[in-house]
Amino acid sequence: MFKKFLSLLIVLVLCVTLCSCGYEYQNPELQCKYTRELAGTELNVYNWGEYISDGSEGCMDVNREFERLTGIKVNYTTFESNETMYSQLKNGGVSYDIIIPSDYMIGRLISEDMLEKIDMSRVSNYQYISDKYKGLYFDPAQEYSVPYNVGMVGIIYNSALIDEPQHSWGALWDEKYKNMSLNFNNPRDGFMTAQKLLGFSLNTTNEKEWDMACEKLKAGKSVLQSYVMDEIYGKLETGEAAIGPYYAGDYIVMKEVNEDLEFFYPQEGTNIFVDSVCIPSCVKNYDAALLYINFLLEPEIALANAEYIGYASPHTAVINNPDYHEYLGEEFYNILYPDMEALYPGDSALPENERKVEYYHDLPESVRMHYENLWLDLKLY
Amino acid sequence: MNKKSFGSRIVAAPYMVWAAIFIVVPLLIMAYFAFTDGSGNFTVDNFMQIARFKKAFALSIIYAVIATIITLLLAYPMAYYMTKLKISSQRMVMMLIMLPMWMNFLIRTYSWITILANTGLINKFLGLFGIGPLQLINTPGAVILGMVYDFIPYMILPIYTAMSKIDNSLLEAASDLGSNSWSRIRRVIMPLSLPGVISGITMVFVPSISTFYISQKLGGNKDMLIGDAIEYLFNTGPQYYNVASTLSLILMVMILVCTLIMNRFGDDEEVVV
Amino acid sequence: MKTLSRLYIGLILLFLYAPVAVMIVFSFNSGGSVWVFEGFSLDWYKGLTTNTSMLTALEHTLIIAILSSVISTVMGTAASVGILALRKRVSRSAVMSVTNIPMMNADIVTGVSLMLLFVFIGNLFTLKESLGFFTVLAAHITFNLPYVILSVMPRLRATDMSLHEAALDLGCTPTQSFFKVILPSISTSIFTGAIMAFTLSLDDFVISYFTCGHYQTLPIVIYNMTKKTVTPDVYALSTLIFLAVFVLLILYNVLQSKAESRRGFNV
Repeated sequence: MFKKFLSLLIVLVLCVTLCSCGYEYQNPELQCKYTRELAGTELNVYNWGEYISDGSEGCMDVNREFERLTGIKVNYTTFESNETMYSQLKNGGVSYDIIIPSDYMIGRLISEDMLEKIDMSRVSNYQYISDKYKGLYFDPAQEYSVPYNVGMVGIIYNSALIDEPQHSWGALWDEKYKNMSLNFNNPRDGFMTAQKLLGFSLNTTNEKEWDMACEKLKAGKSVLQSYVMDEIYGKLETGEAAIGPYYAGDYIVMKEVNEDLEFFYPQEGTNIFVDSVCIPSCVKNYDAALLYINFLLEPEIALANAEYIGYASPHTAVINNPDYHEYLGEEFYNILYPDMEALYPGDSALPENERKVEYYHDLPESVRMHYENLWLDLKLY
Repeated sequence: MNKKSFGSRIVAAPYMVWAAIFIVVPLLIMAYFAFTDGSGNFTVDNFMQIARFKKAFALSIIYAVIATIITLLLAYPMAYYMTKLKISSQRMVMMLIMLPMWMNFLIRTYSWITILANTGLINKFLGLFGIGPLQLINTPGAVILGMVYDFIPYMILPIYTAMSKIDNSLLEAASDLGSNSWSRIRRVIMPLSLPGVISGITMVFVPSISTFYISQKLGGNKDMLIGDAIEYLFNTGPQYYNVASTLSLILMVMILVCTLIMNRFGDDEEVVV
Repeated sequence: MKTLSRLYIGLILLFLYAPVAVMIVFSFNSGGSVWVFEGFSLDWYKGLTTNTSMLTALEHTLIIAILSSVISTVMGTAASVGILALRKRVSRSAVMSVTNIPMMNADIVTGVSLMLLFVFIGNLFTLKESLGFFTVLAAHITFNLPYVILSVMPRLRATDMSLHEAALDLGCTPTQSFFKVILPSISTSIFTGAIMAFTLSLDDFVISYFTCGHYQTLPIVIYNMTKKTVTPDVYALSTLIFLAVFVLLILYNVLQSKAESRRGFNV
């Protein structure tokens, strides 16, 4: 009995070691561009979960590719939200060379002197970034950040489980979906759903409005199944939950797994965001960081990432690539790169804090403390 | 050199330095954070804020108490029946109980989602008979189940050890004196296995009251337990370190008090954990 | 009565193994989900060999487990000898109370207090990075030590002093006597302590979570994976670990019963 068992185990282990047939990717052009000068050094990359092409299911493993080309070892770790990333940086426990925060967080990091300037002259591929995403409010001189992905938040639902809801944030409060609906597990996005429903600006400094949004969220807690971040993938794909808000790009990835999922942008408006690559001031390997940023902007790499991550890209070589259009198809293309005028007519002509579609801005510290405390109260409620 | 010992007390010096730096100092730093505000001034404000966490404390205590009781009720007969097996089977069962403890507890907890989910194995099975789906996941019951599951070996093992140490002749004497099997259990086995029960209770209660993973995965991440609150605060930023330290300090004091009370019951100083 | 007790034991074991069975079954799933079983395949096992993040984490876990168990066994054994040599009962019980703290305390409290210490030290020396290999190693040694001491000390206390005295009378130096006479007689308990330390270190999640920084061990990587979609490769790795432990335990048991029957025990 034991012998049989042991031999089975050995066979199994052999299978595992012999059949290692990983994805191999060769590009002589890149090979010439990237020297191995920094080989042997380490690069600590801190990114969102599910936010890089990681070699699963035959796609390109971007980090491994970078390691192969440059000999730099990439230590890749992930975070769940801007707030977690911020606290990790702030407490000084860990140092990173590359981080990928969102707009408002970049603003905060700059104001707190926690970012290093990026020497754009050494990031030749920066030329590919669309002018639309250069010099945005959080980094007007474009010294600290290089756009990585852009997108908007919408609602995903399972058409096999529920009928098409009204295109409103109110769907998340609907008693019909009790125990079937989800909401964000981070303060800015979580409050956004209530703020938009109540018609407030996302960047209001009026504490009363934050209080009201918090009350709204508390009222919705009994309907909710769960507060989630990337756990939403499993929950929506399997039909464990029927409806929840998330980033448009993730919908495209989920839809590949579950055909029944559908998506809409709520009529009350939503958040638009830019996630950018930055170098924090605790950087230890600045040169490698620049190399990595440039590598992420290589047209092929950017394309592989755009296809894997599913988010809209600020990279002109990706946007203008016909193969990419074909890959996405009409439906997905319109979700990622919507005609804003058709979706929210007249919105872009309004002053910024009256628009339906808003970026998050970094808020004064007192307001930030206020909403973070409210968020804690909501979680403890 | 002390004649009565195997070596000089100097050899304990590295350990003592180590214990001072890595056991005592961290707790002092934590206490310092608990009694100061963000800029380092003395305050008891953090303790005033505890009222905000009353629900988290209440839920943690209730869940941990229920989980400990259920674990005890399940583990006690298990340990008793185990002592009735042949020695070789006893060893086999012991091994089977310990084996899952070698697996990562995160994975074992996560697997329960597959079993309990709305689209999970139990509900699929019930669906065959047209029942359900029952709401099993994201309930307090699921959290308690997770605690019972993860910590039951810590209850079975000490009780079993205590029971297997009971001298058989005591039981024989009891039957000779006319006790039936129930009174043998009540008069002989129960009192003699008490030390095992005591350490089992502490070993289940302490991790249950302080857990921060089980509730997030099986409870739907809606209700915070005290462990979740501590983890959340430490991950939200340095501005919350003071309150989080206060919570940790209170949790520690609660645990110490419970352990001391339990040890009183056990009146055996070796029982500690 | 007998069938009832067997049934009960069976049910408890079923309860203990239900999630393990789920894990093993889904590790052979041909689909990418741990919810829906689509068909049998070994793909996830093959994928493990190229999964660098998981393999690195496994390597980290083993390095930390080996180093921390060795260091804590040596330090803990020395500590046991030294603590018993303390003349005052008060100082002995004071040291033992401190020793008990990490064992009695909740893991999360130990974890956050160590993190506060490491971050404090890091700020003191204005390090760019205060958490990493050394902090997670120190943390593991710290929570392993009490288990080693509590395994070794009772055995040491029960060791006959006359052995030591006899060795001294026969011309051994105290050091020689300790290494040649005392140490062999307490070797089983040292071994038990070391194994316990190794196991605890291998499995620890909570304390590593607060102290590891970039030096992520397997439980940390698994935790991060359960934050998004869990794919069956984690299950595949866990299944392999499970099998390895299973085989080791069976071998250990077989060897032990053989040894016992050779010694004439009737097992």
